Amino acid sequence: MSTTTTYRTCPRSGLQFEGQAELLMKVNAVAAVVFLLIGGILAVGVVLTRWPAVHWLEADTFYQVLTAHGIDMLIFWIIFFEMAVLYFCASTLLRCRLATPRMAWLAFALMLIGAVTNNVAVYQGGSSVMMTSYVPMMAAPAFYLGLILFAVGALIGCFVFFGTLVVAKRDKTYQGSVPLVTFGAITACIIAVFTITSGAIILIPTFLMSVGVVKEVDPLVYRTIWWAFGHSSQQINVAAHISIWYAIAAIAFGAKPMSERVSRGAFLLYILFLQLASAHHLLADPGLSTAWKVVNTSYFMYFAVLASMIHGLTIPGAIEVAQRQKGYTKGLFEWLRKAPWGNPVFSGMFISLIGFGFLGGISGVMMGTEQLNMIIHNTIYVPGHFHATVVVGTSLSFMALTYFLIPVLFRREMINPGLAKLQPYLFGLSMYFFCLVMMGAGTLGVSRRHWDMAFSGAAMAYEWPGAAYLMMGLVGIAGIAAIGGGAIYIYITVGSLLWGRKLDSGARSAKFTPIPPTAPSAAVQGYGSMGFAAPGTFMLAMVFLVAFVLYYFINWKYLSTLWGLS
Amino acid sequence: MSAILPPAERLWWKQPLDRVEGTWIAIALVWCLIMFAMMVGWHVYGKQNLSTETYRTNPEAFAAKAQAMVDKYTVRTETEEKIPVVHPPEGSDVYLIARLWNWWPILELEKDKTYRLHLTAMDYNHGFSLQPANINIQVVPGFEHVVTVTPNKAGTYSIVCNEYCGINHHTMVSRLYVK
Repeated sequence: MSTTTTYRTCPRSGLQFEGQAELLMKVNAVAAVVFLLIGGILAVGVVLTRWPAVHWLEADTFYQVLTAHGIDMLIFWIIFFEMAVLYFCASTLLRCRLATPRMAWLAFALMLIGAVTNNVAVYQGGSSVMMTSYVPMMAAPAFYLGLILFAVGALIGCFVFFGTLVVAKRDKTYQGSVPLVTFGAITACIIAVFTITSGAIILIPTFLMSVGVVKEVDPLVYRTIWWAFGHSSQQINVAAHISIWYAIAAIAFGAKPMSERVSRGAFLLYILFLQLASAHHLLADPGLSTAWKVVNTSYFMYFAVLASMIHGLTIPGAIEVAQRQKGYTKGLFEWLRKAPWGNPVFSGMFISLIGFGFLGGISGVMMGTEQLNMIIHNTIYVPGHFHATVVVGTSLSFMALTYFLIPVLFRREMINPGLAKLQPYLFGLSMYFFCLVMMGAGTLGVSRRHWDMAFSGAAMAYEWPGAAYLMMGLVGIAGIAAIGGGAIYIYITVGSLLWGRKLDSGARSAKFTPIPPTAPSAAVQGYGSMGFAAPGTFMLAMVFLVAFVLYYFINWKYLSTLWGLS
Repeated sequence: MSAILPPAERLWWKQPLDRVEGTWIAIALVWCLIMFAMMVGWHVYGKQNLSTETYRTNPEAFAAKAQAMVDKYTVRTETEEKIPVVHPPEGSDVYLIARLWNWWPILELEKDKTYRLHLTAMDYNHGFSLQPANINIQVVPGFEHVVTVTPNKAGTYSIVCNEYCGINHHTMVSRLYVK
């Protein structure tokens, strides 16, 4: 098969794309954006219903829309895009052909059929079971079947990725070790295999239960294994979008990792410990022992948190070092002030990084603390947290990467660059606010997945404090602003693909050009001040730490005022 | 562009790390260990720890125990459905049923007294969300979760269901009194 393909070198970026891989990246990315569009339209229904003054949809429609929104965004948009990222990190970065492109097409077909099947099942009604579909609440068989087909497709895609690594090694397209970004993609893919297998283990018996072959699936076993799929799939995203941050730092600044050892070591910690986090969802459950909860929820002594804190330093640190080498050495922050804030590739990535750390990271540790979970479990604080991680973190990173890929992969000039410049700010900052007010409402106890906070029709309705109503109103306003930002992204992406000026594809060749050996460079020491290569980043990291520590102990203080529980 | 290129040094793991990285890793590690110690330590010194005492149960067995409690300790009924309000003695076993779409019965507890609260769901998953105290516990069908509670403030509380349980999920809200 390797003889039938061609390679082209992108004149703008110097990246080499293999024909089959390029086409597969495109179709996966386009499918992803289509599901983002569907999920975005559904988001309008969700926020306008949870905005108490509007309270738009009827209860049954609301739960149906919420189910579809969760699945389309968290699973279909993100995993389709991740398939494109995996093929990019293997075939493009390693400059080799894609292994078994026919299998990759099969993977894509299964994923697409599965995603459509699942969506149809939800829209037919009778499958409004939320993304989590906790048994014994049952959906239509097609709901589970769609997810299973999608998972099998994604699993095949993962093995195509691993196969491509083997091809690159055998064809000697690179020397030494794989690039750091590819290493991050390998991390994501290993986590994906674990995740998707867990999904299959629990969804297959549930599917059989829905068609009447299996009599019962234990509700607690379901929750335990489902979350090894549900939470771990978000860990694929973490590994993937952190790899993208490293890639964008390299693309936009020519930044190189401060030290390969530290960054790769942090990815290794992800592989070893990140999976344990499914326990986060089970801390308020019966039946599981305290020791199990404590060890798992903390990623065995917070080693995966440690890894994220390391990436949070090394990525801006690498940018700082690169900027200082270019002469932006004044004070602590000239390197940051003089960064290309008008380039959406960079601004999207940096807004994503800060929001993921400050909002998503800190809130995640609060919820994942065994005792603190009691004041957060199933409140709207939870979606506040995961919109900070998955929307600000993952989706915004994917958007930033898209702005790079439109000319490079799709060979189109981006339409309306002025609007594109604005998009990361509108989308990212309104999502910051959206997450903050959601967490605020959650701190007051407001429930997630709840149609009516006024409890209409209930004999003993609870009256939420006025502040809770205010914050849910702000959730509505911020949500609409963020959806506007998402719509601009889709307009620019789809518009550029349809109407953007065609760009030169670069010379084609039947043979790949191996990556030339990189010239060794001096170590990073010797720039900056205070003996630190990146003093500005260190200062930012200390601000983060102070915020983290303060908020952590504020929550403990709040917990200590509660009823005695033992 | 070295993060997207193979490392220049073949023996990259032998490269020294910068002081900024080493310092941050040390600080972050210490903080991680403090957080871990906090969680473990609260089990020793803290007063808010979720019990893990759990038994397998079924709707009939649990309903029978709840009915026995209601028969013995009901003090009055409330609402049009005449939901019993139960005032159990200190230290006793108190049963609360979660089902589509109500909590049963209504409990009346006393401040600073301790009770063994038994929770289960008769059908789907439900969520015990005590407001405005904001204590949230998952209620899973087939499992009887025994939580020891000591109310520390008198007042009228609400129990909201905060696990999605179907179309009338929003009507599943009850009361709890602390005298």
